[in-house]
Amino acid sequence: MGISLSKLTEKTNIWPWLLLAPLGIYMLIFFAVPLAEVAIMSFTEPKVSLANYQKVVTGALYQRVFLNTFVTAAFVTLCCLLVGYPLAYLMAHSKPRTAMLILLLVTMSFWTSFLVRTYSWMVLLGNNGPLIAFLQMIGVDKPPQLLFTRFSSTLAMVHILAPYMIMNIYSVMKKIDPALIRSAESLGAKGWSLFRHVYLPLTAPGIANGSVLVFVICLGFYVTPVLLGSPREQMVAGLIGHQIEEFLAFGLGSAMAMILLVVTLIILTIYHRRFGLDKLWG
Amino acid sequence: MTNYLQLSNITKTYGHFTALDDVSLSVDKGEFVTFLGPSGSGKTTTLMIIAGFEKASGGTVQVGGRSISELAPHERNIGIVFQNYALFPHKTAVENVYFPLQMRGVSRSQGLRQAEDMLSLVGLKGFGHRHPKELSGGQQQRVALARALVFEPSLLLLDEPLGALDKNLREQMQIEIKRIQRSLGVTTIFVTHDQSEAMSMSDRIVVFEKGRIEQVAAPLDIYHHPQTSFVAAFIGESNLIPAIITSGTDRTAENPTLGAVQYAGEDTLADGQKVTLLIRPEHIKLSRNPIEGRKNARMIVETIVNYGDNALVIGRAGDIPMRVRVLGADVVIIKEGEECCISWAPDAVFVITK
Repeated sequence: MGISLSKLTEKTNIWPWLLLAPLGIYMLIFFAVPLAEVAIMSFTEPKVSLANYQKVVTGALYQRVFLNTFVTAAFVTLCCLLVGYPLAYLMAHSKPRTAMLILLLVTMSFWTSFLVRTYSWMVLLGNNGPLIAFLQMIGVDKPPQLLFTRFSSTLAMVHILAPYMIMNIYSVMKKIDPALIRSAESLGAKGWSLFRHVYLPLTAPGIANGSVLVFVICLGFYVTPVLLGSPREQMVAGLIGHQIEEFLAFGLGSAMAMILLVVTLIILTIYHRRFGLDKLWG
Repeated sequence: MTNYLQLSNITKTYGHFTALDDVSLSVDKGEFVTFLGPSGSGKTTTLMIIAGFEKASGGTVQVGGRSISELAPHERNIGIVFQNYALFPHKTAVENVYFPLQMRGVSRSQGLRQAEDMLSLVGLKGFGHRHPKELSGGQQQRVALARALVFEPSLLLLDEPLGALDKNLREQMQIEIKRIQRSLGVTTIFVTHDQSEAMSMSDRIVVFEKGRIEQVAAPLDIYHHPQTSFVAAFIGESNLIPAIITSGTDRTAENPTLGAVQYAGEDTLADGQKVTLLIRPEHIKLSRNPIEGRKNARMIVETIVNYGDNALVIGRAGDIPMRVRVLGADVVIIKEGEECCISWAPDAVFVITK
């Protein structure tokens, strides 16, 4: 009855395309077309020229924001690595119950909407929040401004993105053959030298994967920096939003979006090449 | 040097499970000793205790008269080749071999030169720059061997290193490992569950079963004079026949189906003692009619497995399952389902008391 499986794999080849069609049409209408429109707008708004790009590339404000975006993304990636690596190690090498507990905490944080997590940080770090109250309690007269600073947005982004780093590193650590560690020990390695010469290189693919993922997501991060960050330390996504919502500068916003997209694609291409290289010793 | 490696009363328990029960063994310097046994017999556990990866629940390990029981694995100076070689995938072959020297503070230029020399010794001259992924199974095996030997370890431990190789390569590596081991004179413990590997490579074989040592002896000795029925059944093919000694002085035992059977060797067994008689399949002769001067019995042939140069004839003498190994041409005289005569000389029968 109906379509037999053999028919699906027959040479006619129409079925796979039909099955792909809903997704394909969806992507076309809601992704490819708008993207093309943004690309076109970046060259045509308000008139056909390269003026938008010129402005972004030469304007001091835009240069600063792009630089700030990359520095922030790099710093967040580094923090995620420093927080994530030891946690992933604990997960991969603790007793099953401890490992489950950490895994549960990480995935729970991962599954909670990042909007919710962003607002929780607002509550925690706000002027009437528990952290300020605690600082006052232990005698800090003028507690520093925590919310709407580079500190608060970085903290929240690290919190939101760390699970990507942790899961990537964890999956690589979990796959390390214990015989490799034993053999390194039998050959005279211990402690730091074992870590530096054997364990760290073996986990490098996970570090690369996690870092690229965190860095790329961070480059385009909008909500968290806008809600928690300092207005003076804008990131590109926030500035794009600004241009379009407040100044109705569609062309300029589009040009910035295209530059961000191209940079992201370049990073992903490099990652892809590297990943192929990693497969060699995976 | 005798008693170079000395295991004394090693026990290992996991909760209520006893993995090793009072294992004692001494190995001479330069000796090649094989731990043979089925999986779960304790051979690998013993190896891991020697290496320091498992802690014994009791007993001591001594190398060269010095106890190493309290030393961590990296302090033991023991070379190990693991089952899957455990080469570092991010290092080239020569860097893998250099690694133990690097850990011992040997300079890079000198260490790499030593590593290259060791690679030449194992027949991998010119392969040093390749990563493990770019080497065949046999070549990876050689790199692992070179890495385990380059730092002049006090012991070489091989944990079923040939298991992953195909048959031809395995035989080639058996010869190769023996050659390298002999040329360096390193005391070696080889773990395997493959009895032919054990027979062809070892100076002595240690047979493990259920966490105990069943027997320690030279390969041929263990083949011809197994001390327990387990060893007899595990090493080579065997016909094991239950019997009772009827006359210890005349070396005669009785089996209900076969009647009186003469055996060789031991003449001090007490009358009435229950024993097992071992007759190797290649010591039994197949014929149409009984042969004078030998012990004869009738056998119904059930299956003939032909190997070309020889054949295995499986059948029954009464209720006793029998296996007979014959030269290929002899099989022609019988067919499956037929009855024939089997016979053996008294000195083909070895008596096992345990």
